[in-house]
Amino acid sequence: MSGIPHDHYEPKTGAEKWLHSRLPVIGLLYDTLMIPTPKNLNWMWIWGIVLAFTLGLQIATGVVLVMHYTPHVDMAFASIEHIMRDVNGGHMIRYFHMNGASLFFVAVYAHIFRGLYYGSYKAPREVTWIIGMLMYLIMMGTAFMGYVLPWGQMSFHGTAVITGLFGAIPFIGESIQTWLLGASAVGQPALNRFFSLHYLLPFVLAGLTLVHIWAFHSTGNNNPTGVEVRRGSKEEAQKDTLPFWPYFVIKDLFALAVILVVFVAIVGFMPNYLGHPDNYIPANPLATPAHIVPEWYFLPFYAILRAFTADVWAVQFASFITAGIVDAKFFGVLAMFGAIAVMALAPWLDTSKVRSGRYRPMFKWWFALLVVDFFVLMWVGAQATTFPYDWISLIAATYWFSYFLVILPLLGVIEKPLAQPATIEEDFNAHYGNPAE
Amino acid sequence: MFRKLTLSAAIALGLSSGAALASGGTSHVEDFAFSFEGPFGSYDQMQLQRGLKIYTEVCSACHGLEHVRIGTLADEGGPHYGIDEVWDYAGQFEVWDPELADGEGDFRAATPADKFPGSSLSNAPDLSLMAKARAGFHGPYGLGINQIVKGMGGPEYIASLLSGYEEAPECAPEGFDGNYNTVFTAGGYPNECKDEHGNHLYPGSWIAMAQPLYGEDTEFDDGHSNDLHHEAQDVAAFLMWAAEPKLNARKEAGLTGVIFLIVLSVLLYMTNKRLWAPHKGKKRDEE
Repeated sequence: MSGIPHDHYEPKTGAEKWLHSRLPVIGLLYDTLMIPTPKNLNWMWIWGIVLAFTLGLQIATGVVLVMHYTPHVDMAFASIEHIMRDVNGGHMIRYFHMNGASLFFVAVYAHIFRGLYYGSYKAPREVTWIIGMLMYLIMMGTAFMGYVLPWGQMSFHGTAVITGLFGAIPFIGESIQTWLLGASAVGQPALNRFFSLHYLLPFVLAGLTLVHIWAFHSTGNNNPTGVEVRRGSKEEAQKDTLPFWPYFVIKDLFALAVILVVFVAIVGFMPNYLGHPDNYIPANPLATPAHIVPEWYFLPFYAILRAFTADVWAVQFASFITAGIVDAKFFGVLAMFGAIAVMALAPWLDTSKVRSGRYRPMFKWWFALLVVDFFVLMWVGAQATTFPYDWISLIAATYWFSYFLVILPLLGVIEKPLAQPATIEEDFNAHYGNPAE
Repeated sequence: MFRKLTLSAAIALGLSSGAALASGGTSHVEDFAFSFEGPFGSYDQMQLQRGLKIYTEVCSACHGLEHVRIGTLADEGGPHYGIDEVWDYAGQFEVWDPELADGEGDFRAATPADKFPGSSLSNAPDLSLMAKARAGFHGPYGLGINQIVKGMGGPEYIASLLSGYEEAPECAPEGFDGNYNTVFTAGGYPNECKDEHGNHLYPGSWIAMAQPLYGEDTEFDDGHSNDLHHEAQDVAAFLMWAAEPKLNARKEAGLTGVIFLIVLSVLLYMTNKRLWAPHKGKKRDEE
């Protein structure tokens, strides 16, 4: 698919022509900033800029933190306290970084669910979606490794639990776990490599961000109607779109400023609220905390991990046909990664020809249930594994898979979609009125 | 077989914590009114000075503050002593200096550049971060609503614990290890004080630390009340400062940031409105 027709950069002065014939960098920036953007984008299309900002914030604060941090099991905890007490502004930088992770995940979940509702994953935007899912996985890995660095009780014992998941893989699990930790148990080698990767992966994310943007700039943005921009001529396209700069930059910056009001209030007034108090106790391999609970953003998938216990028939069946190779623990690990895999496969599981959920009367309700399900999983992930929480997590986890594997494929066949507007212009004018009138 | 598998999987994943909680006891943490609660709260300098006095005369016999630099007692937003007073205060501690005696090391009097000594008893935890590490008393599974609504956190827990010592209930066997405390839940608990389902009949549990404060343990120059309740609150406030010495500066920065961003939001809102106006007609439902 070719891009949306629009004006390109024309060098005017001699100096511009000189540079343009050698390196067309101004043209690249111009085309990126002036990209025709559907003018009916709503407020759910602001999370991309929040994510880009947060990545920048995390890298900027992180680089400064590294200047004062010591990746050593005997010194890491004290070096964090050094940052909190002795480094100029260190306590603010560290709290921004700590809560920046939460902002990152709030934004990424809103971004993902936006895509799921408006069908942004559907052809021709599958590659954008897959890259996004890859970025989400890297984000989770980066956040987890960052949480290890303060070397508090939760850092240490959380690492033991998470790397233990890989130990559940049959036959080779233990070797993989040892390879990940660099030793048979959590210790100095693990801290060193997690520190190294925690510094590296954000730059991988930054690179993937460019590819992610490149991909959807090639296909054009999706929009709330799911109807494509008219591409017959430049004039036609201009009726459906406005350039990204200044219209969407200003709109997105406004949204970002409002979100930052909340973010700065949390950092300033309750910076430890989202964290776990046990991580203010130095790591002690001999004393396991009574309650190991991951950070809030991992809870939905943590709940899925724990949902499939050995008394679930599906687990027993899997165990039976694989002669016990797939036990409850490994099944849980497969389910956790599978929960993300089915999301990544959404472009091929969704059979509906209609892109936007706005014109899908049945889909709407199932999608709303998926959002509720996500929050239920998040809540139950922090509960005990006793009755009734075990049942709630099992039902909620089952719905997660059913949505992607059963409901999305079926709905496309049985659902009768509503009428869609013919053009984006029509949708925009229906909402805001025709400026020409 | 399957039950066994579940159990081993649960233990392997470190998820067996729920069971311990289910049969655990309860405790009541009192909601103390601290001056540093809420977005506009800040430390009460006089309270921190009283707390330091209690810490120095009572707590420091066993506990340490190994992350706290003595010189920070002179910092604004803390006890804010004069630097001369801090030099005098530091002089009472001895620290090991490896550079003395031609590199063989020797003890010398501490200076404001040194940190407080660590704990002198192996089972007495360091108190530097205790007020933050104990902020989760509302329960690991709670949403921390008390923390948001009432501003309750670690200092409330510490003050409640220090004033939570009581006569052990009669069901407890003679010489049961530890001291009965109605707030501490992580300690030993005699089977004699449980009902047939294993539920605790009395709140709290038995803590290793003997009751440290009884009231009138110290005298304050300004004649401030030194009953148990006030002492516990003052020393808890001091420990909150020890854990979070930059709280005042942080809240000021937060307030400045929030005000700045609200102004910026309003300006961007108006810019956005004007920018888009030519491209929007009148809304149909308004016609």
